[in-house]
Amino acid sequence: MRQLQQRVETQQQVGESLITQTAVRLLVPFVQLFGLYVIVHGHYSPGGGFQGGVLLGSSFIMLGLAYDQKTVLRLMSERTNILFGNLGALIFTGVGALCAIFGGLFLDYSALDVLIPLGPIEWRSFGIFLVEVGVGLAVMSIMASLFWDLGSAGQMDEGL
Amino acid sequence: MTLVAMLLILAGLFFFAIGVLGILRFPDFYSRLHAAGKSDSLASVLVIVGVALYNLHDFSFANVLVSLKILLIAVFIYVASPTATHALTRTALVLGIEPWEKGKKRR
Repeated sequence: MRQLQQRVETQQQVGESLITQTAVRLLVPFVQLFGLYVIVHGHYSPGGGFQGGVLLGSSFIMLGLAYDQKTVLRLMSERTNILFGNLGALIFTGVGALCAIFGGLFLDYSALDVLIPLGPIEWRSFGIFLVEVGVGLAVMSIMASLFWDLGSAGQMDEGL
Repeated sequence: MTLVAMLLILAGLFFFAIGVLGILRFPDFYSRLHAAGKSDSLASVLVIVGVALYNLHDFSFANVLVSLKILLIAVFIYVASPTATHALTRTALVLGIEPWEKGKKRR
C-alpha cells in the first residue's frame, strides 16, 4: 500500500493522471458545443443563457481540474475572461437600454422594430436570443473566474 | 419494440438495485466505489437504450433524431463515469485511505 502510494506520488503531481487528461480533452469540445446549443435553443427547449453559460464555464473548470491553472490561463487569459464577462453584461443592459431609447419599456423588444423592421413578434423572439447570449457570456466568465480564484486562493498560479 | 424497451429498462433497474446493495454492504471505500462505478455505467446505458427504443414506438424522422440524442447521452456516460471513478480512486490512494483486508473492521 505504502509502496503503491509512493509510486503514484513520485510519478506525477497529485491531480494529474493521463486517463483524466485524455477524457477531459475528449469531452471539452463537446461540452462547449452543447453549451452553445443550450444557449441558442433557450427559447423553445429547456435551457437558456444561464444554463448554457454554466456549461461553457464548467468546461474551463474541467480543464483546470485535469491539467493545472497555467494551461487554462494559456488557453483563456484572465484579461480575455473579464472582457467576455463585461461584454455579456454590456449586451444585456445594452439591448434593454436600446429598447428604452427607441420608445418602449426596458427590455421591451418590440420597440426595436424601428431599428430593423422584422415585426414586433419576430423581435420579441430575437430579442430574447440576444439577451440570452449576453447572460451566457457573463455567466461563463464568472463561473470560470470563481473557480480559478477560489482554487488558487486568489494567486492564479497553481490551482488545485 | 415496447416489450424490448421495457425489458431493457427493467434490466437497468435490476443492475441499479445491485449497485445500491453493493454501496450499502461492501466494507470499504474502494470496493464500494467499484460497485457504484461498474453497475452504474451498465445500468444507466441499459435504461437509456430502453428509453431510446421506447421513443421509436411511432416511427418518424423527428423521433429518430430524439433517439439519437438520447444515445449520445449514453456515449457521454461511457466516457465520463469511468473517468470520474478513476479520479476518485486515485485521489483516495494518494490521500492514503487503506484498503480493507480480511479480518479488519468494516469502515
